[in-house]
Amino acid sequence: MTTTSSGVPAIEIAGLDKSFGSVKALDGLDLTVRTGEVAGFLGPNGAGKSTTIRVLLGLLRSDAGVARMFGRDVWRDAVELHKHITYVPGDVSLWPNLTGGECIDYLTRLRGGADTRALRARRAELLERFELDPRKKARTYSKGNRQKVALVAAFLSDAELYILDEPTAGLDPLMESVFTDYVREAKDAGRSVLLSSHILSEVEKVCDTVTIIRNGTAVEHGTLDELRHLTRSNVTAVVGEDPAVLAGLGAVNGLQVMAHDGGTRIAFDADNADIADVLKAVTALDVQSITVTPPSLEELFMRHYGDVIEADEVVADEAAGDEPPADRAARRAARRAAKKAGVR
Amino acid sequence: MSAVAAPPAGTAVPDVGTARFGSTLTGTGRMVRFILRRDRVRIFWWTFSIVAFYLYFMAALGTFDAEAMAGRAALMETPSGIAMGGPGYGVEDYTPERAVANEGITWWVIALGVMSILHMVRHTRTEEESSRSELVRANAVGRHAPAVAAIATLALVNAFIAVVSGAILVAMGGEYVTVADSFGLTVGVALASMVFGLVAFVFAQLTAHGRGAIGLSMAVLGAAFFARAAGDMIETHGSPLSWVSAFAWAQQMRPFVDLTWWPALLSLTAIVLLLLLGSFLASRRDFGGGMLAERAGQAEAASSLAGPIALAWRQQRWALFWSALGLGLLWFASGTMLPDISGLMSDMVESNPMIGALFGDDPEGFTAAFLGIMLLYGMLCVAAYAIVMGGRGKAEESAGRAELVLARPVARSTWYGAQLLVAGIGTVVLAVVTVYSMWAGGAAAGEDFFSFGDYTEVLWPYIPAVLCFLGFTATMYAWFPQHAGLAWILLAYSFGIGMFGALLENLPEEANYANPLYWLPEPFAESPEASHVIGLGLAVVVLFALAFIGFRRRDIPAV
Repeated sequence: MTTTSSGVPAIEIAGLDKSFGSVKALDGLDLTVRTGEVAGFLGPNGAGKSTTIRVLLGLLRSDAGVARMFGRDVWRDAVELHKHITYVPGDVSLWPNLTGGECIDYLTRLRGGADTRALRARRAELLERFELDPRKKARTYSKGNRQKVALVAAFLSDAELYILDEPTAGLDPLMESVFTDYVREAKDAGRSVLLSSHILSEVEKVCDTVTIIRNGTAVEHGTLDELRHLTRSNVTAVVGEDPAVLAGLGAVNGLQVMAHDGGTRIAFDADNADIADVLKAVTALDVQSITVTPPSLEELFMRHYGDVIEADEVVADEAAGDEPPADRAARRAARRAAKKAGVR
Repeated sequence: MSAVAAPPAGTAVPDVGTARFGSTLTGTGRMVRFILRRDRVRIFWWTFSIVAFYLYFMAALGTFDAEAMAGRAALMETPSGIAMGGPGYGVEDYTPERAVANEGITWWVIALGVMSILHMVRHTRTEEESSRSELVRANAVGRHAPAVAAIATLALVNAFIAVVSGAILVAMGGEYVTVADSFGLTVGVALASMVFGLVAFVFAQLTAHGRGAIGLSMAVLGAAFFARAAGDMIETHGSPLSWVSAFAWAQQMRPFVDLTWWPALLSLTAIVLLLLLGSFLASRRDFGGGMLAERAGQAEAASSLAGPIALAWRQQRWALFWSALGLGLLWFASGTMLPDISGLMSDMVESNPMIGALFGDDPEGFTAAFLGIMLLYGMLCVAAYAIVMGGRGKAEESAGRAELVLARPVARSTWYGAQLLVAGIGTVVLAVVTVYSMWAGGAAAGEDFFSFGDYTEVLWPYIPAVLCFLGFTATMYAWFPQHAGLAWILLAYSFGIGMFGALLENLPEEANYANPLYWLPEPFAESPEASHVIGLGLAVVVLFALAFIGFRRRDIPAV
């Protein structure tokens, strides 16, 4: 199978439905991953990420819709397709009486292929980079170590598509960065990656495109730049004059005004399309300092899940007793603004 | 915030400085209720099965007339009768309730002992291993609360079963069945069962893994079984060797013959000592830690570990080895008793023609009939192995390991076929070991009615029959993964109808058809019916085909 030049997408999902009894896990999901692309697949627990991946792996049978990899049906051609992909689950379970090294070798041999010297060298390198002791029985491994076993087995296989389902759950930040390195390496080699995650910084670091899924439906899709463009930049400034005039501008959202030494501190979100007009209006107010930041992935994510996250964080806020009240109020206001923006 | 900084004003500091006596047991009551709730279905089925066993045993023996009871009593004095039955109290004047006590206690202690071992390990070491117990212990739950709750619930379950079974005995029994004897029997069994539960409690402290604790405890149960059997063979009504075993402590209470309560004190003493030993060990080990260390393994897999068949073999080989060894020894030992039994029967037939009328008058026919019963037991054990191993795929699937393999270029039928192939080979090996162990035992003791060739002829039709059990398990798992455990129903049904079907005169012949063993010839007496054996073979093929079709079309993991 040659993939990179054919123009056939690595993953092509359209109108995918899957129900478990009365629960609709996937509801008309669309998702495309072009070859050579690292695609982030975002959503909180229960949004349908793992279900999508299991359909792609031919483990679950979809109720309706199209699911193809490299142009071939994921259910019918599962075995053939699996020669070209590799998979890391979010919660790896291993054979308790095998050692980590044995698990890695077993999984590698299932793909066929010779036990070459290059493969051994790569295995040794991966074990060293991920700091995994392969002689321990799998039953004694912690969650992070089991995850490493699956990651080593995955990066050891010369796959064209990597399907990674929350692969860094349980890894420490150092190991996470080793993981990111290997994803970049795969990308440089022209491989495709579907990275399901809810660690937004990780997705921001390595992904070309992002699909956000909610209740089994894709609610946002595009490159990070596209998504940012569609949304708003966050503007904070300290101005000398009365900022009331800004409230009248349609492009200014969620304006907050706070007293500040020698001026007024303002914060708001501005529609990117009208950013020039907004900045003109701000500069007319005797600007002492200003920062304009593009929306982070976290803010994009919160636009879709803001209500869920806010409910959680109110509880957290109440527990955080030592935070200055002003900061807390500001954060709450920012969140309210983000939410408002989300439902505009 | 640094560790020494004073808490900000108004922050509440929990008062943890006044630990009280008994605080390591905090939360035991809640855990007891939780275990009872979690296990309510399991407890129901254990109680139901044990009580049904009492009911059926009493009902079946009730149909025996005086001659039949006398014949049964004679059998109970043979070494095999002693091993499979009991020490022989009351055989001089054998009555149904005496038979229940003499022969039943062994089996109830085995059944409840297994239940107690599984219960204890499930609620102690397995919980710890899975880190569920970590969640629980992080709450206001004392260090010893989970173990104490496990012991308390086990005592409750055993007591409950003893009371219900005792009531059943009283309700079913005739005029000689007293309340004291009935409860003497069931309480003795319950105490012996608790002894094995506490053996498991001790091992759960020593091994780091639940499976190790179960294995060691089962070994103790097996050793106790053999010690009692051997001890009673050395001397009628028990030698010092018998008294080593908790089985004897229940049997030596002699219910329905000469009820004595003091042997129950032996069980109680053992329970207390094991409790103290287990608590001593539990207080001296870390959470999650064991005392038997784990060895470092291979950094690289042997080149043979390639492909699902190799892995399935690695997963099943020790179970096969231990089953083959255990069953091989058991049937070899039983085989050595064959000459005794036929000799004894010849004597009895000479002195009492009535017995000849019941059991046939030629020793060869009697040996054949006895071997037939041994084979039924033996093959049901093989069928149980087939069901356990046929269920290994389900364990792989629910743990998520099947997913890991199936995401590689491995067809579902390859993976499932590997599981079933290895289980099937194991089943056949066990059937072969069972039959030839009986032959070897008989031959070693000078039994010369049947040759190796005769045994071989008896063996081969059994192979499709036991594979039916594997095929049925595989089909259930493929089509109804949530209810794969129902495969045991076929075994229970085949056992029930094979053992007691003949006693139910009104039972229509068709009720036997679903029992794979029904289609086999009378061993050593009849030749196999070609159509029956072919039919069994076809049933195996159809069941496996159904299993593969079902498994290919469903979701994994099943939800």
